[in-house]
Amino acid sequence: MGCEKKKILTLVSFLVIFPVLVNYIPAISNYLEVMIFAGIFCLVTIGLSLLMGYAGQISLGHAAFLGIGAYSSGIITAKFGLSPWIGIAAGIAISSCIAVVVGIPSLKLKGHYLAMATLGFGEIVFIVFNEEVNLTGGPSGFADIPYLHVGSFEFSSELTYYILVWAVVLMGLFFALNLIHSRVGRAWRAIHGNEMAAEAMGVPTSRYKLKIFVLSSIYASVAGSLYTHYICFLNPSSFDLFWSIKFVMMVIVGGMSSVWGAIIGTILLTYLGNEWLSAFKHFDVLVYGIILLLITMFLPGGIVSLPRILRSKRTNSR
Amino acid sequence: MNDTAQLVQYILTGITVGAIYALVGLGYNIIYNVTEVINFAQGEFVVLGGLVMVFMTNTLHLSLPVGFFLTVSVVTILGALMDKLTIEPIKDANVLTLIIITIAVSIIFRGLAMLIWGRDPYALPAFSKAPPFTLFHAIIQPQALWVLGITTIVVILLSLFFRFTMMGKAMLACADSPEASRLMGIPVKKMVLISFVLSAAIGAVAGIVITPISLMEYDRGALLGLKGFGASILGGLGSFSGAVIAGLILGLIESLCAGYVSSGYKDAIALIVLLLVLFVKPSGFFAGKRASLKKF
Amino acid sequence: MTSLLEARGITKHFGGIKALNDITFRVKPGQIKAIIGPNGAGKTTLFNCISGVLKADKGEIRLNGESIVKLPPHRRAAAGISRTFQNVAIFPEMTVLENVLVGRHCRSKCEMLKAGFRTMSMRREEKDIEDKGWSFLEFVGLEEQADKLASELPLGDQRMLEIARALATEPKIVLLDEPAGGLNTKETERLAELIHQIRNSGVTVLLVEHDMNLVMDISDEILVINFGKKLAEGDPKSVKENPDVINAYLGEDIDFSDL
Repeated sequence: MGCEKKKILTLVSFLVIFPVLVNYIPAISNYLEVMIFAGIFCLVTIGLSLLMGYAGQISLGHAAFLGIGAYSSGIITAKFGLSPWIGIAAGIAISSCIAVVVGIPSLKLKGHYLAMATLGFGEIVFIVFNEEVNLTGGPSGFADIPYLHVGSFEFSSELTYYILVWAVVLMGLFFALNLIHSRVGRAWRAIHGNEMAAEAMGVPTSRYKLKIFVLSSIYASVAGSLYTHYICFLNPSSFDLFWSIKFVMMVIVGGMSSVWGAIIGTILLTYLGNEWLSAFKHFDVLVYGIILLLITMFLPGGIVSLPRILRSKRTNSR
Repeated sequence: MNDTAQLVQYILTGITVGAIYALVGLGYNIIYNVTEVINFAQGEFVVLGGLVMVFMTNTLHLSLPVGFFLTVSVVTILGALMDKLTIEPIKDANVLTLIIITIAVSIIFRGLAMLIWGRDPYALPAFSKAPPFTLFHAIIQPQALWVLGITTIVVILLSLFFRFTMMGKAMLACADSPEASRLMGIPVKKMVLISFVLSAAIGAVAGIVITPISLMEYDRGALLGLKGFGASILGGLGSFSGAVIAGLILGLIESLCAGYVSSGYKDAIALIVLLLVLFVKPSGFFAGKRASLKKF
Repeated sequence: MTSLLEARGITKHFGGIKALNDITFRVKPGQIKAIIGPNGAGKTTLFNCISGVLKADKGEIRLNGESIVKLPPHRRAAAGISRTFQNVAIFPEMTVLENVLVGRHCRSKCEMLKAGFRTMSMRREEKDIEDKGWSFLEFVGLEEQADKLASELPLGDQRMLEIARALATEPKIVLLDEPAGGLNTKETERLAELIHQIRNSGVTVLLVEHDMNLVMDISDEILVINFGKKLAEGDPKSVKENPDVINAYLGEDIDFSDL
């Protein structure tokens, strides 16, 4: 845990010092806005990293859970006028129920089949967002979603929302790190390593696979709620299949072997998507594809594996 | 239009799109049989087929046969490049890596299509100038007959290829046992390349024949791919005839549900069928006993 | 004396092939019992049926008199059956210590919420898991490799690690599937000693093994199967002299008169 504490301290100081520094660096000038999005996506990818990197499963449909959280919050606050906190709770409840229903049969599948099943699931949810016009406003969506508030304090400025989002991310990160360094985390990694042996050592493998699937859906759902109350407008396009793949991509680019990889990958790719790629409008899909291909082929461990590779290169050349 | 006419109309539409799903499903099966890889870029071959044909016909004003031939060649080359540049160099490929790589390639194809053709849908003229005719009071586009005819030809050619040519038989041997095939001197690498070439060609043909009916745009690939995968799963992954029957059934279900239940959920229906099959009987329904996995 | 493990009429088909045909045997508590038989006799299949990795088509399996035949593998582990695997099934990307800690899974109970919030009870339990894990590592003599990745160990040590992991579940009976496979003479001697220590610590041992010297040396009782059928059962001496057994092993490179 000692080494994790150092990393957390580094992240926190980065989060505190950076808003001050960015004013002087044009390439990252939109810092707060981008970092709010990055934080929201980090929540999704922390959960996805647990699911993919630790438990060895795959989901190509996690944008659906982001969407379920987002629409639950949006509909409950804007249409029923209830408290946003109820919206968040409802999102969590609905997401986890759907994750259980979809997860039980899906997680019996392996590899390609699981990938296709989750992809199909994500697409179905996307279609529902488009078709249930009465509830979701269909393809054009709906607006007038209120800001989050505690009592009379409203999280309407970028700085307050930045602090809120990253506070939630840090809590999510703590929770994830604690899990990783526990019997639960070891059980997941054992399933990843050898499912049959894990089962024979007393790990109820199907229950643990379901648990991480549901947990990761909850992370995504909370992220969706935060997303909704930040942009205060919803339409289905943020929850399509390409977003599911982008989340997987963030995890892979950063490196699946650790949640820190997910955080690094997510911050980088969010900057790429929101800032740097806007220069070439029609290229962005292509650039994403090329990055994903190159990383998978030439740096399969992702960015977090770079130090180890460099170190072993150095020792080899000696 | 009366009720029967409507039913006939739905059935015909269903069979037409079903033929396309069948072709996409066949594409999955050919690659799966040789490599045990599910090529997530399969749907993109269809899109590229349609859009390249648009370029050949609308931009270069080539005649139908020349355009057809050139389009299939271009997409086939892309399929070969995909294998040579991304699949072949991968050593120690675990399933996750292969999934991600084919997804990356599919995104690259999509990105290229968007870069070249933009986000608009494109139309193609029908293959023949003949006017629509009626059957049981239903209006039938001649292009639908082209789709069915060409699909039939592709299926026949494929079965002949696998049954009677050395190369086809060698590919089947690879499917049965890659190790043994290598020992027997079958060049497995070449077989993998051919499997990509074949599926790309079949995808391209599907794209070319369907575009005059349903238009084509850069981001159709994912959904086409999913539905085609539905066909190959429902038919039993790897089963040749299974994919054809299942593709037609899937198209029919989709068209009938769109007609009688809800047109908005048309795309969801095929996906729900896909999930149900995966959950209930992932080995498929139409593969027969022997032909469970990895068999034509 | 009552039996600890009792298998009755175990039958298992693969397609049209009968891999196991009506196998019945008992293991008494505190015994070291070996299952031997020519290649392909069905020994590993029998292990898989007992540990639950495979479901037997027919038959009854009792542990301490209670039927476990309907339990999934992880519940059989909790009930007191643990095992190692013929082709070493360690968790390659986890450290040696972590591998053993996984064995403690069924003897600990902090679930996701407690673990995620690192509650006091979770910390206490985690400390206990780690202490026990170390003691099992020491038992097999791997404590100095604790922080290495399991995949970095040589095969002999990986076999030891598997045994430590299996013992960490605190089983009543441990099934060792060819524990001497790939070991050199010295390592095999060490293994024989370890198996005695396991028995002396109160854990019953059932093993499948090809090394006849080892089997004859350490076993209290031997079960011989051939073509999925029970061929003989008894103490090493009687088995060695059984004409059916000698017959079954004809052609295999084992000379019983040496033993």
